[in-house]
Amino acid sequence: MKTPARLPLLLALLVAPFVLRAENLAVTGGTVYTMAGAPLKNGVVLIRDGKIEAVGPADTVKIPAGYRVLHAVVVTPGLIDAHATVGLSGLLNQPQDQDMLEKSSPMQPDLRAIDAYNAKDELVAWVRSFGVTTVNTGHAPAALISGQTMIVKTFGRTADEDVVNPAATTSVTLGRNGLANDGSPGSAAKPPGTRSKAVAMLRDELIKTQEYAKKRAGKDEAKRPGRDLRYETLLRAFDGTQPLLVTVNRQQDIISALRLAREFKLQIILDGCADAQLVLAEIKASGFPVIIHPTMQRSYEDMENLSVETAGKLHAAGIPIALQSSYEGYVPKTRVVLLEAGVAAANGLGFEPALASITIDAAKLLRIADRVGSLEKGKDADLALYDGDPFEYTSHCVGTLVEGQVFADGPR
Amino acid sequence: MLPRPLRQLALFMGLAVLVCAQEKPLAITGAQIIPIAGDPIAHGVLLVQHGKILAVGSANTVKIPAGADVLDATGQVLMPGLIDSHSHIGAGSGGDGSNPIQPDARVLDSLDVRDASIQKARAGGITAVNVMPGSGHLISGQTLYLKLREARTIDDLLIKLPDGSNAGGLKMANGTNSIKAAPFPGTRAKSAALVREEYIKAQEYRDKVRRANGDPEKMPPRDLALEELVEVLDGKRIVQNHTHRHDDILTVIRLSKEFGFKVVLHHVSEGWKVADEIAAAHVACSVIIVDSPGGKLETRDADWRTPAILEKAGVLVGFHTDDPICDSRRFLRTPALAVRAGMTRKGALEGVTIANAKIIGLEDRIGSLEPGKDADFILLSGDPLSIYTHVEQTWVEGRKVFDLSRPQDHLYAAGGVGAGDSRRAQLCCFTSAWDLIAAANGANQ
Repeated sequence: MKTPARLPLLLALLVAPFVLRAENLAVTGGTVYTMAGAPLKNGVVLIRDGKIEAVGPADTVKIPAGYRVLHAVVVTPGLIDAHATVGLSGLLNQPQDQDMLEKSSPMQPDLRAIDAYNAKDELVAWVRSFGVTTVNTGHAPAALISGQTMIVKTFGRTADEDVVNPAATTSVTLGRNGLANDGSPGSAAKPPGTRSKAVAMLRDELIKTQEYAKKRAGKDEAKRPGRDLRYETLLRAFDGTQPLLVTVNRQQDIISALRLAREFKLQIILDGCADAQLVLAEIKASGFPVIIHPTMQRSYEDMENLSVETAGKLHAAGIPIALQSSYEGYVPKTRVVLLEAGVAAANGLGFEPALASITIDAAKLLRIADRVGSLEKGKDADLALYDGDPFEYTSHCVGTLVEGQVFADGPR
Repeated sequence: MLPRPLRQLALFMGLAVLVCAQEKPLAITGAQIIPIAGDPIAHGVLLVQHGKILAVGSANTVKIPAGADVLDATGQVLMPGLIDSHSHIGAGSGGDGSNPIQPDARVLDSLDVRDASIQKARAGGITAVNVMPGSGHLISGQTLYLKLREARTIDDLLIKLPDGSNAGGLKMANGTNSIKAAPFPGTRAKSAALVREEYIKAQEYRDKVRRANGDPEKMPPRDLALEELVEVLDGKRIVQNHTHRHDDILTVIRLSKEFGFKVVLHHVSEGWKVADEIAAAHVACSVIIVDSPGGKLETRDADWRTPAILEKAGVLVGFHTDDPICDSRRFLRTPALAVRAGMTRKGALEGVTIANAKIIGLEDRIGSLEPGKDADFILLSGDPLSIYTHVEQTWVEGRKVFDLSRPQDHLYAAGGVGAGDSRRAQLCCFTSAWDLIAAANGANQ
């Protein structure tokens, strides 16, 4: 028994370094958009142990011996999708791969994305093939509180291995999509039927959260209530560690979100904001960032006023923005932030702000800029390689690096 | 304000000027012209009059008549108006939930020509479009081939055929969209059986009409549904068939051979698997490219390389928006993504012009810039396949229907308050793609 059991172990030890440790790489680019300073002509990014070892022009950064060299016309930081549902809303769109919306109750902040994220869903690899290395993904904006989102790298291993932040935001939706969307039999609680009712329910829940916090902090341990996962989650929006991601599109819903944030002193991220141009001053004054709707999202119902120019106008007003793939219930099952940012770039946002909205600005908004979003020494070696202007329809992503691991399933 | 008689006079003179202006030829000069019929012309001239193209060529070959209006398009790219071979603009409908086979239902009787989606299509450079009923039926009704002229009523958009009828096709579908609770079919085999049964009825109906030889006593009672299928059997109406999976594609080809009807395959997500079979059957394809595969089981294997693979196999390839699945305003993205995935630039540009003209049987009138063809063209700010390019003007039959420099037109092009779609009705039975999208996204009611 002993010897055969040892053999695989020995083999694993021999192979492990090659599998687990990313190789040393030098990525050279005709243009390297570091997103930390001006773009580099003939830039080099050195990668060691999955981290960026050095970045600079070819004449100052020497490529050490033994480094495998990859070249691309354009190199950017790995792209960040600030709000997605990939991994929960699967490619097949069949009941067995749709975990982005639980209909048993309208408010379920306790639902964690990490308990549903399918790292192997083909759409994860699909967005990665365009250069996306990080996604903030989770429960869909289609219930009053649909659950939480997580930040995850697009390795495609497991949720636990790929996770960056298991509890990034809590997804709240105001407006028509947050109302009764249900009809599923056995629904435990009644969803709201109007905007007023939705906000009333939300305020009630937030007040209960505050009361829960008070009671939990009570001196008499015997009188403290038992742990409540829902309130625990919402409490993190009060202390700012897990903001509410509030999807709002109509201007009155945007204003309602800001009113709620003021009343409860909540940290929120505005999401969607099709009507943003109508309440630009209010958004700006709030100081909250906006994850703008996908540029090519369909204009109907609450989103009927959306515009390909909204991203540019928010940026011009000095409002921090990021772009997103959002949630699609049908076809296409996911959007790709690279394609969305391209349309924004061509419609008022401009090239570099558009690239920033899916790299460094998205990283700052999601509070992960210490690890990703730009090509700087010490950061994760997440890179996207293109054979031309990344936004051009006819360019290709020719390689995606996640923490130094090279993914290239052919040009996309 | 002027006194009323003067106002009337002014109006009359205005109209007179307009009519005279129409009579004058219009020369569009300075643009790079992509005529589709032939190589690009660096500094070309397009000469149009009475809604038709008089001449197209380089500045030194096309003589601009004295008195012609001249539109300087220096720095712009001029190409034929885009043709979309499958769209749902205009909030139309077809058959209802009563029956899977409704060839008598006409999209003609349902279109809202003032719907924002139509102006948005003009903003995308689309000048002709096949507007279809949905895919929730085996046969969901008669489609319309429309010109996106300025329109007050649907009559303003129709394309008249020489016999006075309206140009249009017949929408059919197979696969899962049309499989549902009875009286709809529950399986693929049943779907095909129902279609075959109906076409056999149509053959018998046609034979009865022929035998009657004009004798009213012997004529069968009029049957609107079978009349339409007879038009299909006679080759007067092309079947525009929604189909995704490779086996469904082959079923369509099998049925078209059995009954001898002309058919175009639409979407063809798995067309890449049976490209040679499609080519051997001499069947054209109208392909869609969406941002990601999936969204339904049938499109699991959808591949951006499909147009390239079909092109290589020798298949006539057109493109469509399936608006609202893809946005009409970004129709040029589709051929561009096809090029990204290996299609030739020539084939891709033909896919939104002359190939689609052939797909709707109007290649003698539209789809390329040639003398005698309709003066349908667009002016672009740059290369048609670049994301940075904007459609700046859209012209249908010599009249400008979209101009990005007009604030109202810019609103439709970009979106914003007032460019929405709030007039759209809620329809039943997946008669429109909007219903699928709304239902799938969990929207209410």
